[in-house]
Amino acid sequence: MDLFAIDLIVLVTFGGAVNWTVGFLTTVAIFGIVALGLNLQWGYTGVFNFGVVAFFMVGAYTSALLTLPHPDAVMVTPSGAEVTGVLDYAGGFGLPVPVGWLAGMGAAGALALIVGLPTLRLRHDFLAIATIGIAAILRSIANSIEGLVNRSSGLSGIPRFLDELASGEDYRWVLLGIALLMLIVVYLALQRTVDSPWGRVLRAIRENEDTAKAAGKNTVSFRMQSFVLGGMIMGLGGAIFAHRFGAIAPTSFSDLLGTFLIWAMLMVGGSGNNRGALLGALLVGFFWFGTPLIQEDLPDFLGNRVFMIRQLVIGLLIVVFVVARPQGILPERRRVSRFVSDPDSAGGRWASLRARFAGSGPRSSPEA
Amino acid sequence: MLKFANFAHGDLMTLGMFLALAVVVDAGLHGGAIGPLSFGWGMIPAALVAMAGVALVVLGLDWLVFRRLRARGGGFITMAVASLGIGIGLRAIVQLIWGPTAFRYQSGINEATTIFWDLKVKPDQFFIFGLTLLLVVVVYLLLYRTKLGKAMRATADNPDLAEVAGIETEQIRRWTWVIAGCLIAVAGIMLGIQAQLRFSAGFHLILPMFAAVILGGIGNPWGALVGGMVVGISQEVSTEWINTGLKPAVPFLILILMLLLRPRGLFGSTI
Repeated sequence: MDLFAIDLIVLVTFGGAVNWTVGFLTTVAIFGIVALGLNLQWGYTGVFNFGVVAFFMVGAYTSALLTLPHPDAVMVTPSGAEVTGVLDYAGGFGLPVPVGWLAGMGAAGALALIVGLPTLRLRHDFLAIATIGIAAILRSIANSIEGLVNRSSGLSGIPRFLDELASGEDYRWVLLGIALLMLIVVYLALQRTVDSPWGRVLRAIRENEDTAKAAGKNTVSFRMQSFVLGGMIMGLGGAIFAHRFGAIAPTSFSDLLGTFLIWAMLMVGGSGNNRGALLGALLVGFFWFGTPLIQEDLPDFLGNRVFMIRQLVIGLLIVVFVVARPQGILPERRRVSRFVSDPDSAGGRWASLRARFAGSGPRSSPEA
Repeated sequence: MLKFANFAHGDLMTLGMFLALAVVVDAGLHGGAIGPLSFGWGMIPAALVAMAGVALVVLGLDWLVFRRLRARGGGFITMAVASLGIGIGLRAIVQLIWGPTAFRYQSGINEATTIFWDLKVKPDQFFIFGLTLLLVVVVYLLLYRTKLGKAMRATADNPDLAEVAGIETEQIRRWTWVIAGCLIAVAGIMLGIQAQLRFSAGFHLILPMFAAVILGGIGNPWGALVGGMVVGISQEVSTEWINTGLKPAVPFLILILMLLLRPRGLFGSTI
């Protein structure tokens, strides 16, 4: 018990808590962007992407390779020594960071197009298999091809964005601001998108593809658009991720962190609801990144196994939510347009209709 | 046959592989070695335990998860998502119990014999190949020559029609799970004999497995065998020309080619 008390004091210093929270919120914002991308694909369209990390990774590497200085350029190590040609990678154009981000989005979108072309018109689970495969392949390419992304040692020294705004420790506030700003931009853009007629077609396809086809919609094309746009958003998340840490390696892009965690976020928060995706990112993210903090306070038999238990819980969360609460914590709003009344509100047309037929529930007027 | 992509398949294999390890190594049932093979008679009770274990686990999962999803009419997509979660959980459980290190059933080298030219084959590999052939024949006979098999195919083809025809579809599904569980366990043990036992071994096989099944035609046991051989052989042969690290890309290329050219598989798919 004594040890427990000391640890708490160390952890709960104000500065420590602020440090952790700033870093945590930045991470959640980045993962939230990725979860929004998956929500567009899975939540709104029913497109089945089990390789989220592939798009995240392509975005990260593309942006890094474009913005890094040329591999033969002189670099200054932290100890002050000047070295050259340490990292072995392609590209190195020293472009501005926003250009890297845009290119990262483009590359991830192109990947979605390549994977989607042979698979999207077939059985829905074929895409899931193909995406889980492309993630494994991209990792093995990153690990084994010489002169592409410095193999398993990874890339470092990826330039920071807007680092002239603040120096040293304070830069993490800039990072947080950038990540949150990008999250808000993506959220607002997506909210507009899914509320548009285009978004309604996506939901129609998800609910019943044959009906959507009968209504004259080219469903394969719509699913492809959703898959590519979602992939681009994931790529943007990856690009921000790369510039935030300044160093990436193939091990940064595990299926567990980059795909399964995002799925858990979406299933917990509520697929088909962008606010749900963000809530899920916050809750699941807090569990995932918070557990290492209490590791030392746990009894040994638990503390040693925290990472595996954490993984077990992620798996359980997905299963439990799929079985017991498939709509997630924040369910999808069923109202599809501002021109129809809201079926979820008590005063809506459907609610009163239902009440009339079932003889229970809210009634708008007393019985005549 | 249950008509959904089971993403926990590989992890169930891992479970079977490690259950056998528990019997062979932890319970000390080595049983020496059978002839030139690298494992002993202890592998027989080990296999039985693993088969029973995996069958029980999949039955439990069906009861807890998939039965409910079927009742809700959730469709195969939600089942696939659930199976992904199950796979993640199983991988964590195997790691919790056996740790992240690699094991072998038995130490020592399985001497390879030269058959002709430069072709070297280990006795273990003969055994695995023979047992695989035997199992394919058994599964084929089961599906096409027994009443249970007929009922299984009917249930897969059209559950409502099967139900109307008096088939207890829920019971048939349970039988399907039991048989699949036993096969998964045996496959896991074979994988463990051929390579090392690692918690991630089964998961890494998912892509080649799906590629093999799609290549052969979904729901077609002979197709699965041929598909498995084509995928496996091309993966190994490819290292002659390409970087060994890129080996995982081969089944993926086969998969994409098949999906582009013949999505119903080489020999036609039954569903």
